[in-house]
Amino acid sequence: MSENILSVKGVHKSFGGVHALKGVDLTIKKGEVHCLAGENGCGKSTIIKVISGVHKPDSGEVELNGKKYTSITPSEAIEAGVQIIYQDFSVFPNLTVMENLAINKALASKKKFINKKEFRRIAEEAVNKINFKVDLDALVEDLPVADKQLIAISRALLADAKLIIMDEPTTTLTKTEVKRLFEIIEDLKEQGVTILFVSHKLDEVYEICDSITIFRNGENVLSCQVSEMDDEKFAYYMTGRKFDSQNIKQNAKAGDSILEVKNLSAPGFDNVNFNLRKGEVLGISGQLGSGRTELSLALFGLLKPYEGSIVVDGKEVNITSPAKAQELGIALVPEDRLTEGLFLSQSIKRNINVTKLDELSSKLGVMNITALTDESKGWVKNIGVKTKDHEYPVQTLSGGNQQKVVLARWLATNPNVLILNAPTVGVDIGAKHDIHTLLRNLANEGRGIIVVSDDVKELVDVCDRVMVMQQGKIINEIASGDLNADMLSQYI
Amino acid sequence: MKLLKNNSLSLNQLDGNTARLLTMFVAIFLVASLTKPDMFLSSGNFQSMSKQLVEYGLLSLGVGIAMISGGIDLSVVYIANLSAIVTGMVMKALVLTAVGPELLLFILIAVLAGVLTGFLCGAFNGFLISKLHIPAMLATLGTMQLYMGIAIIISGGSTVSGIPRVFSQLISNSYLFGIPLSFFIYLFVVGFIIFIMSKTKFGMRVFLIGTNARAAAFSGIKINNVLIKTYILSGLLASLAGILSLARLSSAKADFGSSYIMQTILIVVLGGINPNGGYGTIRGIFLATITVQVISSFLNMFPEISNYYRDLIWGVAVIGVLIVNFSANKKTTAKLAKATAN
Ligand SMILES: Nc1ncnc2c1ncn2[C@@H]1O[C@H](COP(=O)(O)OP(=O)(O)O)[C@@H](O)[C@H]1O
Ligand SMILES: [Mg+2]
Repeated sequence: MSENILSVKGVHKSFGGVHALKGVDLTIKKGEVHCLAGENGCGKSTIIKVISGVHKPDSGEVELNGKKYTSITPSEAIEAGVQIIYQDFSVFPNLTVMENLAINKALASKKKFINKKEFRRIAEEAVNKINFKVDLDALVEDLPVADKQLIAISRALLADAKLIIMDEPTTTLTKTEVKRLFEIIEDLKEQGVTILFVSHKLDEVYEICDSITIFRNGENVLSCQVSEMDDEKFAYYMTGRKFDSQNIKQNAKAGDSILEVKNLSAPGFDNVNFNLRKGEVLGISGQLGSGRTELSLALFGLLKPYEGSIVVDGKEVNITSPAKAQELGIALVPEDRLTEGLFLSQSIKRNINVTKLDELSSKLGVMNITALTDESKGWVKNIGVKTKDHEYPVQTLSGGNQQKVVLARWLATNPNVLILNAPTVGVDIGAKHDIHTLLRNLANEGRGIIVVSDDVKELVDVCDRVMVMQQGKIINEIASGDLNADMLSQYI
Repeated sequence: MKLLKNNSLSLNQLDGNTARLLTMFVAIFLVASLTKPDMFLSSGNFQSMSKQLVEYGLLSLGVGIAMISGGIDLSVVYIANLSAIVTGMVMKALVLTAVGPELLLFILIAVLAGVLTGFLCGAFNGFLISKLHIPAMLATLGTMQLYMGIAIIISGGSTVSGIPRVFSQLISNSYLFGIPLSFFIYLFVVGFIIFIMSKTKFGMRVFLIGTNARAAAFSGIKINNVLIKTYILSGLLASLAGILSLARLSSAKADFGSSYIMQTILIVVLGGINPNGGYGTIRGIFLATITVQVISSFLNMFPEISNYYRDLIWGVAVIGVLIVNFSANKKTTAKLAKATAN
């Protein structure tokens, strides 16, 4: 037997005119945790579907456990021990946990009567394998995403999985949930299960993987041990571009105060004081529930403070609504892009124009369509939104480009204070770098920028100083000179 | 992105819907013309069709705008009745002794009183829905009862009649090229609403709020303000429908046209307005209105089809349209999902 559990050679796959895989290789050793990385649309999900038999490759071969297949069928893949945890987990929401876990086995056993006791035994065995504590009688639709994922993993183990493939398993998880998932992956590794872990987050790769393959535009560009990897190399192979995060902060120079917050209290935070200066990028960090989001909402008129004052450009102000905030030159890029930021089914153009309607309409409220179109086209070009046409629905864009649209909407108002909450969550590495560089340039133009984030690297790369919040209070402030990743992670 | 082109996914799904409606209209028109040529193709029939559709056509516009904003307005029929009663009573009170140009002035005042009624009713709906956050369905179900109650009280529960003849003559019995004046009023209003919804910032905001109210709030849109205006617009359209019905029937009553509620919703959904808001066109509502009118006139040409069957037919039509729209939507969504899969 070979020491490789999976070896893919020269696989091509096209969809209509899209050449998704251009002769890729992928080799995974038995018992390792292998990472497959690459930007959105580079073909990660497609190769997984080829391995699991969902897609038939145009050419090339897949070798599983030493057995070669030119085109494998789904049942052959399952027999060979391949199990996929898809991005949507494919669980049955209206069944209980127990039923979800036992259903395949029960169906396979071809018994006429379904024995509840047997069901429960199978289900218990499954969750015990990964030490997963869950109410077996709960409906799956009532569970958090993380639990649905663990159910999918338990189910995979029941099917005697030898190779478990997880397609971007961490995108919808919180930090604690990611931690739990990683413990389980370690555990599985010990039990001899091989894992293919799809991700585009470097810190995850460092933490959990042994080796890595990087795809770019349907080709594999790098295959190596994770120990030979570093940030720069990772970013370069992912995007084909060289980034220099050291230089983002060049020319930083802070001027007069633009936003001053004095003894501000609101539901969620208490007695917050700070001073934001022109040209400065201020980071606000802390865990979920530390009050960082509430603080940003209060500065944007979406949460009413019950105490304290806000001073903008030397004048004390009362920010009663987002419209008022806009008038005062304050903009907020909200935390949850999908529910708070975007009108998903509407065009990119409308999504950008929404803040300009008053300015670009006549007294009677008739829109100046030409001006609005030019405005939107201009932003799409300036900020680099990758799309053929700004009349496309914004939901056709990738995460990074969607975020650029929300940014463009607010930059169009020419704000003096720009607040961004979790600006690069779900954004891929190239767009992330673009956004960071943009923020710095905006600061250099004399604006005040606030970045609310729990991404340590992001805070270190773009911020001049970082305030850390905990339980609604600012517990620490780290100034530019002392700002580094190790130091910051202690507090978050 | 290339996929979008390859699969020829129309960006403007509206056009698909318009084409579907037009085909349907032409098909039904042809069937009616071929099976009942002498009845259907008579000028009398066209005159009566163009008179009948005006009132529920106007009501549908209001319901449609409310639905685009993510809500609904179930109270339109009763706003129309209340406005008609107010107009009728003011007219009667003022006009009895008047003659000549004075008469016209009084008629105008009475009409304005009716319009004001629609404005106030709509503003109240908007207040309940935006400021008090009552779901539109429940708020307008409540005000529907309320407005009917007010109408019963001020009219003493009886029919308001004895309207000056000039008024009906002027609006309901004047023709231009054989087409009733009220139909021209309707066409003008349709044009005006198309303009409002596609060319003004107010219209754009209604669409955006209907798409995602939370994102609208985060984008600085004054939601309460826009929603109140939306329901005021619906109320104004309803009052206009009421005033035209007063002219056509020379009378008004608190519970006229109750069956129009269902019909307006049918039209709006048939017209391609998304019941969840954010999507649809006024042009679609217009096409749906004339289509429904042709169907209903055609059905009327078969005396053997009883009224019971008529309800059944309309019921089947609503559900059928919902199913077609739902699966058409699902197809576009699937196409989009495919095109953007990563
Ligand atoms: N079923 C499909 N039909 C058409 N195109 C597809 C399909 N699946 C994927 N693609 C295209 O293939 C490319 C690779 O997609 P995918 O493998 O999903 O990327 P990712 O690395 O983000 O998982 C993309 O351009 C995508 O649009
Ligand atoms: Mg993918």
